[in-house]
Amino acid sequence: MQKNKNEVWAFFASVKLALFTFFILAAASVIGTVIPQGKEMQFYIEVFGPGTAKLFQLLNVPDMYNSWWFVSLLVLFSINLIVCTIDRFPNIWRLVTMDNLALDIGRILKMPRHQTFHSDLPAAEVALAVEGMSTAWKFDKADRDGAILLAAQKGPWTRLGVIAVHLSILVIFIGAIIGSLLGFKGSVMIREGGSAKQIYLYDAGNTPVPLDFEVRCDRFELQRYDTGTPKAYISDLVVIDGGQEILKKTITVNDPLKYKGLTFYQSSYQPLDDAYAIEIENQTTAASKKFYMGRGSAVEWKEEGLKFRITDRMGPYGMGVYRHKLLFNDNSQKPVEFWAEEGKMYIVERPEADYIFSLRPLFFTGLQVAKDPGVWWVYIGCGMMLLGLYVAFFLSHRKVWIYLAEEESGSRLHLSGTSNKNKIGFDNDFSALMELLERNDSLKLKRE
Amino acid sequence: MNSSQLLGFATFAYLAASILYIGIFVFRAKKLGVAAALLLTLGFLFNTGGIILRWVESYQQGIGHAPMSNMYESLIFFAWCIAIFYLFLEFKFKNRLIGAFAVPFAFLSMALASLKDPDITPLVPALQSNWLIAHVVTCFVGYAAFAVAAGMGIMYLVRSASLEGGKEKNPAGLLATLPGLKMIDDITHKTIVFGFLWLSGGIITGAIWANSAWGTYWSWDPKETWSLITWFVYAGALHARFTKGWGGKRIAWLAIIGFVAVMFTYYGVNYLLSGLHSYGGG
Ligand code: HEM
Repeated sequence: MQKNKNEVWAFFASVKLALFTFFILAAASVIGTVIPQGKEMQFYIEVFGPGTAKLFQLLNVPDMYNSWWFVSLLVLFSINLIVCTIDRFPNIWRLVTMDNLALDIGRILKMPRHQTFHSDLPAAEVALAVEGMSTAWKFDKADRDGAILLAAQKGPWTRLGVIAVHLSILVIFIGAIIGSLLGFKGSVMIREGGSAKQIYLYDAGNTPVPLDFEVRCDRFELQRYDTGTPKAYISDLVVIDGGQEILKKTITVNDPLKYKGLTFYQSSYQPLDDAYAIEIENQTTAASKKFYMGRGSAVEWKEEGLKFRITDRMGPYGMGVYRHKLLFNDNSQKPVEFWAEEGKMYIVERPEADYIFSLRPLFFTGLQVAKDPGVWWVYIGCGMMLLGLYVAFFLSHRKVWIYLAEEESGSRLHLSGTSNKNKIGFDNDFSALMELLERNDSLKLKRE
Repeated sequence: MNSSQLLGFATFAYLAASILYIGIFVFRAKKLGVAAALLLTLGFLFNTGGIILRWVESYQQGIGHAPMSNMYESLIFFAWCIAIFYLFLEFKFKNRLIGAFAVPFAFLSMALASLKDPDITPLVPALQSNWLIAHVVTCFVGYAAFAVAAGMGIMYLVRSASLEGGKEKNPAGLLATLPGLKMIDDITHKTIVFGFLWLSGGIITGAIWANSAWGTYWSWDPKETWSLITWFVYAGALHARFTKGWGGKRIAWLAIIGFVAVMFTYYGVNYLLSGLHSYGGG
């Protein structure tokens, strides 16, 4: 039984399994990039034939990355990672916390780098002088069978870099699981001037999800470059919670609105059919107002005693721009009629005041809405991974020892050292220390 | 002087440098070394100037953005990364023979770019993000390292073909002049390690960007998935080395296979598969 358990443990702790999973995950991932994902069944039947399509359905190939077998592979990968980490941790921890002064002298003297010196001073005095030197190494001291051992190290903690990398993957997975269990993704279209109290999930039924607040769109603007390609999609959003305007933000692609754990992303737009926003300002008093209207309907600005109506449309001209015929009236005079191009400003002169007038088509702004409480785990995991990779690849655990034994005249100094990686870097480090010791006149060292 | 001209000069300088570096190797003409390095440096300076000038030109046209937004610009930047990475290696390892296996990649990248439309185009809304720069820079530093690693892999295989039981088959032969197998193996490994760190950074910055634009840090779009596949290939190579002591030919092959995956991620996906990253096409 014990043997059995060990075998299972060893299987899940093995790097062979990790290499195997890397390979299988990579190979399986290719499938989903070659076979289009998320299409209707009909598509697969047409392209691959009914038999293959049936097999695809069985293996959930149309949604491969969420299929039971792909997720199982990820679970296997995680178990491998967890077991491997637990299995190796004690060993790594021992190396981190090891007492370098307790190491076998024979091994110390046979370290990859070593150099022997003779000093005219007694061992105890050399030890004191070395301890008093200002170097990057901080030496500890111990008596070993009448001789003196000094030991110093740099970066023992760098051995934990590997663990940070491995754990970071699990942290990212935890974030992804939290996101898929507690989060959701959906969308909502809001007409300029309108507001939304619910959003619609990206699922088969586009299930509505009620919000406990309201989002209003005060303005949507589509900016274009001279060439006609879109330059920016801009929405002025207002969050209304408990009857109060809590938050206002102008969002663009790459700059979303966040409120109560939900994020609203600018993702698309859609023109309304024959509906317009008209902005009008009294040039003298600076009073202004915005109206939303369709063709044919009349609106009235009571305070100013104005009435207007869109009576006709011409176009479209270049880039889909129309011209509209407006009938403009106040109580005093007979009405004026004129053509206004979308997006342009016009000044309408009336006896009582001049009005600045503009008209533009109305849009729905298309918002993607996401709630993902796991995203911070993912980000923390990503940071951990980069930090861990840097530590694991570029930093090393370096140790040096100085073993001081009495001799007939003075003492003998053994300097030795080792590093778990970056041997070249350590060589430089070691040579620098050696030079420092040799240059220190109070030590009176001679190479042997 | 405009950026296209500068980049044209860079392409020719890289071509000439490639020829010289190959000449050093084939004709054992060590004397060419200084000229090769100078030409490469000159190409690199033209390349740098071209990128900066293109950046300035985009602002003059009123559509200012870092020149990293389409296939043309990324190929130019790729060549730049390869050149600087190789120059660093040459400086560090004091060996010009590896140039024959690295510098041609910089030329090829420029040559590919010259087949593309060099017009500066305005950025569509999704690309207007500082994460674009972070993402492209991290990815291409990684790709450049992997390109050089693949060159080293090829060099390793070529070199080991000249050996039989650890001895030179033909001590006076061409291949015997290459650096020792151990050194090539070491450079290959270090280069992969360096590339892996940057590729990880590239995937992460891409995820953060996607999240800020669409609210999804990972959507299994083909380009994302292929970058992950590439990542797995190199993770496999690293683990095989750390824990199973793989080296030599196997790592050399993995360096080459890994780079094929890189090229597919970078180039193949745009033409053979469809997805969010399709801006890279054309
Ligand atoms: C894709 C996911 C993984 C990444 C990015 C990754 C990364 C790394 C890195 C950077 C190292 C450091 C090597 C060094 O310089 O010391 C390493 C070592 C190692 N990894 Fe992974 N790893 C992954 C998955 C796994 C899995 C699933 C296992 C399961 C067995 C595993 C087992 C090991 C072992 C045993 C070592 C050697 C540790 C040591 O030297 O003490 N890794 N890994």
